[in-house]
Amino acid sequence: MRIPCPLCGARPLEEFVYRGDATVTRPEEGAPMEEWVSYVYLRNNPKGAHREHWRHVAGCGSWLIVDRNTLTHEITRVAEVRPSGDAR
Amino acid sequence: MRYSISSLVKQAFRGHSGWPEAFRHPEPAKHYDVVIVGGGGHGLATAYYLAKNHEITNVAVLERGWIGSGNVGRNTTIVRSNYLLNSEIPLLEWSLKLWEGLSEELNYNVMFSQRGVLDIFHTDGQRDEAVRRGNAMIVNGVDAVMLDRKQVLDMMPLVDENNGRYPVLGGLLQPRAGNARHDAVAWGYARAADRMGADIIQNCEVTGFCRGPNGEVTGVETNRGQISAGKVAVAVAGHTSQVMGMVGMKLPCESHTLQAFVSEAVKPCVNTVATFGVGHLYISQSDKGGLVFGGMVDGYNSYTQRGNLPIVEDVAEAMMMFMPALGRVRLLRHWAGVVDMTMDGSPFICKTPLENLYLNGGWNYTGFKAIPGAAWCFAHTVANGAPHKFNAPFHLDRFAEGRPVDATGGGPFPNHH
Ligand SMILES: Cc1cc2nc3c(=O)[nH]c(=O)nc-3n(C[C@H](O)[C@H](O)[C@H](O)COP(=O)(O)OP(=O)(O)OC[C@H]3O[C@@H](n4cnc5c(N)ncnc54)[C@H](O)[C@@H]3O)c2cc1C
Ligand SMILES: [Zn+2]
Repeated sequence: MRIPCPLCGARPLEEFVYRGDATVTRPEEGAPMEEWVSYVYLRNNPKGAHREHWRHVAGCGSWLIVDRNTLTHEITRVAEVRPSGDAR
Repeated sequence: MRYSISSLVKQAFRGHSGWPEAFRHPEPAKHYDVVIVGGGGHGLATAYYLAKNHEITNVAVLERGWIGSGNVGRNTTIVRSNYLLNSEIPLLEWSLKLWEGLSEELNYNVMFSQRGVLDIFHTDGQRDEAVRRGNAMIVNGVDAVMLDRKQVLDMMPLVDENNGRYPVLGGLLQPRAGNARHDAVAWGYARAADRMGADIIQNCEVTGFCRGPNGEVTGVETNRGQISAGKVAVAVAGHTSQVMGMVGMKLPCESHTLQAFVSEAVKPCVNTVATFGVGHLYISQSDKGGLVFGGMVDGYNSYTQRGNLPIVEDVAEAMMMFMPALGRVRLLRHWAGVVDMTMDGSPFICKTPLENLYLNGGWNYTGFKAIPGAAWCFAHTVANGAPHKFNAPFHLDRFAEGRPVDATGGGPFPNHH
């Protein structure tokens, strides 16, 4: 598996670390406990399309949002995490 | 047919042409008292213990592929109870006790070999940790022995004794631990459950659940039609999120890839199951002579049943540090399984919030050893609608209650345990 970093080009897997599901978002302060439990612990764990966070640690250091298929490992889109809603 | 010395002699004279099939291949019935989803080690063993301990014999095990096609036939067969927490040791030790009588009980040779599991340590901190774990084991009635450097090197002559960066300081040995033949565990439980009346139905995939007026589970939808059930017990390992997702349940669990490796056959040189305290590596030797070894999960969500090369490199590097003499041994086979990694590294063996629906899953990479004990407890839970004390800590609410069973103290990450 190689990940096409938007800044460095396609690089081998061992240059990246995985953080996990990029669709979980941190609840607002004061949100009910169930939302926090869900944020910290629960995952959709889909078989197929998965949006996830990777970091190019042994390259440019960027945090990336990667769309990858968990059944084929095919990567369809890679974008930098921007300090917008994406970065939460 | 009961397997025995006389049946073996009889068959030997007939050129082994008269062995009957080990279990039937029935068509699914319309209704069962209990339907078990998943014909891996846990599903098959649950069917057996439901019949044996609770006299529930109108049971079906539905397996979408063939039995043994999942992780029960893909693992590296380590059986041990050298755990740390008081909440987990009783379950694993009960499982080990059942292993000790399993071949006889099932009338099937699962080749359980108590060759010991030896965790080798290389720093003072690791030694402290090993002492603490050993004491926790002893307090819980489990066997644990501390070995010094010389005893470890006598037992494992191929371990590099000149590693200056990571010297061997000693090891924690559990003498009653060991390994077994994985396929035989699936086939042995399948045959024993079948003989007590359970239907083992292969090529039958569960695609949904039937629900009653109050939302209770009343059966399953399959590719071979609807089957109604008094209770449904799910034991699908890597597909736990998928199957529980069919009733809208989201779990603290991710599916990851775990790889394993076997070398060409060599003369006996590893007579225990050893783990390397520096890299992530464990190794044993099969009766055929192949060295069986593995390391960490690949580390990202995957359902592929195949791994990537960084782990191969990582494991090979660790091997060269640990036992450099094996550097010229060739790799024969290498494969992967989909493991259900939970947010605290511990399983679920419990009732679910839905009436009549029970769950056994979240086995991470350690569910083979647990098959007898966990399935015994799961059968108890399904039969009584309440857990046995050994599996009581392993319920789904523990996360919301702030009671995770997290032996490594690794926090809520599914790939660190
Ligand atoms: C490489 C590797 C090494 C391992 N090493 C060890 C070890 O040394 N020691 C140890 O204790 N553990 C080890 N494990 C973990 C252990 O193998 C698993 O935790 C355990 O086998 C899981 O339980 P099981 O046997 O019931 O799973 P499985 O055998 O995977 O059974 C689950 C079954 O459910 C079926 N299924 C899935 N979805 C459906 C559906 N919708 N309908 C019907 N059926 C379905 C699957 O086809 C599968 O056969 C290892 C795992 C791997 C992959
Ligand atoms: Zn980069």
